[in-house]
Amino acid sequence: MTDWPQVRLHVVTGKGGTGKSTVAAALALALATKGRNVLLCEVEGRQGIARMFDVDPLPFAERRLTTGLPDADGEPGVVHALHVDPEAALLEYLSLYYKLGRAGRALDRFGVIEFATTIAPGVRDVLLTGKVFEAVQRNSRNKGAIHYDAVVLDAPPTGRIVQFLNVSNELAGLAKVGPVKSQADTMMTLFRSPRTAVHLVTVLEEMPVQETADGIGELRAADLPVGGVVVNQVRPRDLTPDQLATLDAGTVAGELAEAGLDETQVDAVVTDLLLGGREHAERRALETAQRAIVDALDVPAYELPRLPQGVDLGALYELAGLLRDQGLA
Amino acid sequence: MNQPPRVGPSGRPRGADVGAAVLDVDALIDDRGVGIIVCCGSGGVGKTTTSAALALRAAERGRRVVVLTIDPAKRLAQAMGIEALDNTPRPVTGVDGGPDGGSLDAMMLDMKRTFDEVVESQASPEKARQILENPFYIALSSSFAGTQEYMAMEKLGQLHADARAEGSYDLIVVDTPPSRSALDFLDAPERLSSFLDGRFIKLLLAPAKGPLKLVGAGFGLITNALTRLLGAQVLRDLQTFVAAIDTVFGGFRQRASKTYALLQDEGTAFLVVAAPERDALREAAYFVDRLSADRMPLAGLIVNRAAVPPAGDLSADEAMAASERLRRSDATSTTAGLLRLHADRTRLVEREAWLRDRFATSHPQVPTAVVPALATDVHDLDGLRRVGSLLGGDDASG
Ligand SMILES: Nc1ncnc2c1ncn2[C@@H]1O[C@H](COP(=O)(O)OP(=O)(O)OP(=O)(O)O)[C@@H](O)[C@H]1O
Ligand SMILES: Nc1ncnc2c1ncn2[C@@H]1O[C@H](COP(=O)(O)OP(=O)(O)OP(=O)(O)O)[C@@H](O)[C@H]1O
Ligand SMILES: [Mg+2]
Ligand SMILES: [Mg+2]
Repeated sequence: MTDWPQVRLHVVTGKGGTGKSTVAAALALALATKGRNVLLCEVEGRQGIARMFDVDPLPFAERRLTTGLPDADGEPGVVHALHVDPEAALLEYLSLYYKLGRAGRALDRFGVIEFATTIAPGVRDVLLTGKVFEAVQRNSRNKGAIHYDAVVLDAPPTGRIVQFLNVSNELAGLAKVGPVKSQADTMMTLFRSPRTAVHLVTVLEEMPVQETADGIGELRAADLPVGGVVVNQVRPRDLTPDQLATLDAGTVAGELAEAGLDETQVDAVVTDLLLGGREHAERRALETAQRAIVDALDVPAYELPRLPQGVDLGALYELAGLLRDQGLA
Repeated sequence: MNQPPRVGPSGRPRGADVGAAVLDVDALIDDRGVGIIVCCGSGGVGKTTTSAALALRAAERGRRVVVLTIDPAKRLAQAMGIEALDNTPRPVTGVDGGPDGGSLDAMMLDMKRTFDEVVESQASPEKARQILENPFYIALSSSFAGTQEYMAMEKLGQLHADARAEGSYDLIVVDTPPSRSALDFLDAPERLSSFLDGRFIKLLLAPAKGPLKLVGAGFGLITNALTRLLGAQVLRDLQTFVAAIDTVFGGFRQRASKTYALLQDEGTAFLVVAAPERDALREAAYFVDRLSADRMPLAGLIVNRAAVPPAGDLSADEAMAASERLRRSDATSTTAGLLRLHADRTRLVEREAWLRDRFATSHPQVPTAVVPALATDVHDLDGLRRVGSLLGGDDASG
């Protein structure tokens, strides 16, 4: 059972490099159960989705990406992908909402589009979030377009997430009136509603955890709904702290022999195994301390292991399964 | 699968083991001909840590160093005494400069303040105030993608000029912003100036400079559309901004091209920092290619946070098999757990070695140093010293 049955828009943020894109992809796969359509969006122009799923670079158009993680009766839903590009979004937006026609083309010709999307304060973010908003709000009246059961956004990092979602506030310094402003206000209603959840990805290190705590505070202060914390890249815990504290060369050597290693192999490896164990214990202790801080945040936490082989397509499905088992999807 | 070459029997992965030349970091920082070291790389790979560690090591080997850091972790900033942002270098205490009188100053870049100061130095007080208050300027100076890179270069130019004039430093170590790609450091200043040279800006300036008969009609359409979309105030702000920034910007661009020339100088050395991961190494490869295309002096690659190879020759598969045998009789066997850790580590080391090997094959001319991952974060001078000594090629256990 999912912990987030009401949520249509899952925003995935976190400190840079902690695994936002990986978790967003895995979450999209996990949400795509039987008969459901899920949209995975990226907004930073990095083509991370194409790389992770090993497909050609994505255009500014929705396209079918892959099937989701099968559920108990074996039937998966479909994951679609969208790479939101601010310039294309602005042109689409202008033609859709304002029927600017000739003026729209003139804007492009004079470089206004480029200008607006690079500097005009907040306009870029409004455009990016606007496209995502449209995908979430889409309903059956919009013929021909796919109706999504969930949208997953691989969002900017924690340091920028509040600014990114708080579109009407961002525009306040600039457009005090006019349609762009009222559009931004409508979007805020969705982002602040229980239909949105902002999940934070972290690893169990000091800086990312601190950033997560700060991020949760800022999101709450801005009335944006905090979802779960995804604790990523967790080291294996199959050894207890007790076991790690009482490592004994004799015992380990005996067990290695029992496991079929010959004497030279045992001699070569036993010291190193103990050293590895102690180093692991040290890092685990740090992780445990950081995990306690995460628990004190009072937000549901989900955990993903550090995969020693790195993340390939198969690994995304493996992580998706773990997220589903834990109820994020 | 092809067995990747095994690395350092002494428990320390060295660049040389996978076919790349070894980067001699100590020779680099001891070279009095090198006055600027720039640490570049994609986000989170350890640029700030490496810059600070190099700077400290250089100072303790007798050089008079200033390090320009960007967004350091809070505890590291505290340890270096630079948590207060005043945009000027401060002496770091606890540095042992040795008999040669080495010293270390450090500062943390304040991007907006640097930008403001340039505006103030280029424009009359009245005009400067107008610019500083304009919402477009505020956006440009605080959130335009590329401003931080631009300001890092600006600050480097200033530090270099000051050091020349006062003889205060003989080595400047520069950290670079946490951008998604190392290329941003080279591209961003260009992006900012081509943006300010853009058609639209020209157009907004044109009416002030003379009649614009040809585009007149189109321009009316644009202003109308913008007014409808954003309100009239926005257009007025925009025009003020563009007119004001134009006078200031000429000076800016000149300074940027001077700094660019400084980066190409043979007294400058670029170090590319990367994590031993596919994405980071791909970024590093792009960057290395760009540096050579731009005729910028590359000193080498630093692979940071590498996994330390285990001793012995028990393969990952053998370790896993043995682990499973033990678990069958005792599910909580300590030795089984240790064997699994060993297997994980061996696989990680193999993957990293393979990735570095791919890099070395395509970029054999790039000397490489490998810094193992420490068990803890680096947030004080002792931690920096350890990273420094690993950079210098000392053993990991030290
Ligand atoms: N659970 C995991 N186990 C092993 N490797 C992982 C795991 N999660 C992520 N990674 C790896 O860590 C790296 C960073 O992950 P990812 O690109 O998802 O992070 P990100 O937060 O999106 O980064 P950025 O801030 O650059 O967008 C990638 O190489 C990814 O394959
Ligand atoms: N060799 C190392 N061993 C262990 N931890 C390290 C090592 N190098 C860096 N770190 C840690 O990794 C984290 C990121 O390092 P750092 O801040 O230097 O990266 P950066 O490239 O400057 O990141 P950004 O792109 O965000 O500016 C820090 O917590 C730092 O302490
Ligand atoms: Mg990402
Ligand atoms: Mg940094």
